[in-house]
Amino acid sequence: MIYRRMFGFPGWGVRSPFTELEQLRRQIGRMYDEYSGTPSLRGRAGVFPPVNVTENRENYYLRAELPGIRAADLDIQATGNTISLAGERKITGVEENARYHRREREAGKFSRVISLPDDIDTDQVKANMTDGILTVVVPKAEKAKPRQITVK
Amino acid sequence: MADTENKELKVREKQELAAPAEQTRSGLVFTPHVDIYETEKEIILVADMPGVKTKDLTIDLRDDTLTLSGDIEPFENPDEQDMMIEYEVGKFYRQFTLSEVIDQSKIDANLSDGVLRLALPKVEKAKPRRIEVKAG
Repeated sequence: MIYRRMFGFPGWGVRSPFTELEQLRRQIGRMYDEYSGTPSLRGRAGVFPPVNVTENRENYYLRAELPGIRAADLDIQATGNTISLAGERKITGVEENARYHRREREAGKFSRVISLPDDIDTDQVKANMTDGILTVVVPKAEKAKPRQITVK
Repeated sequence: MADTENKELKVREKQELAAPAEQTRSGLVFTPHVDIYETEKEIILVADMPGVKTKDLTIDLRDDTLTLSGDIEPFENPDEQDMMIEYEVGKFYRQFTLSEVIDQSKIDANLSDGVLRLALPKVEKAKPRRIEVKAG
């Protein structure tokens, strides 16, 4: 079957031989998710930080868990219909002659761009950093808000 | 080690607790990432617990077992719909067994920006002491 598709059999075009494997991998991944009971709404984030995007009629909400990062170390920009988050996490407060028993927290830079589907109002974007959770409220542009259509 | 300065943070999935004790309310429980290091005078434990406020944090030390437990208040508006969810939100719980003897009256805890910093001072006699060996 892969052989046929590679040679542009009518209607299929030329496809990479890996697309079928990719689909198979995704299906198996979904099956594992259902088996283990975790909700399969979760996508695999490849970039730090993992971000949850939710929306209601007026706004998009972006949330990320960034413990130990102060507002001054964050750089958030809104352009077009994307929001970019960049910053650096530093580990501070360790004394000179300390011996580590366990080290699980990491420090370093991060940078991520989130694209939103609808137009956004870049002037009204607000961000709030509380208890290590960053919440960015992105209002939708007026013309992108759903309009209720009454049926006469 | 020069490239650790510019390295980018990688995503690490939140670790779910493998076999949590039964809880009264259902929900996910995660183990927070911690750094533990020791100086001469104290043991310092730093834990990442984003979203936990001071009133929702419980620190318990008894019988050489330190238990950290943090609750999360739901912070989403009820009319929000999920578009892309990359991490789950849940409570934090972790237990440690401490090997040193700790002076419980002088424990200092500080929670800010979602990071808990616990300073556990060692009891005087746990500090290393040189023993003189006399000949004869």
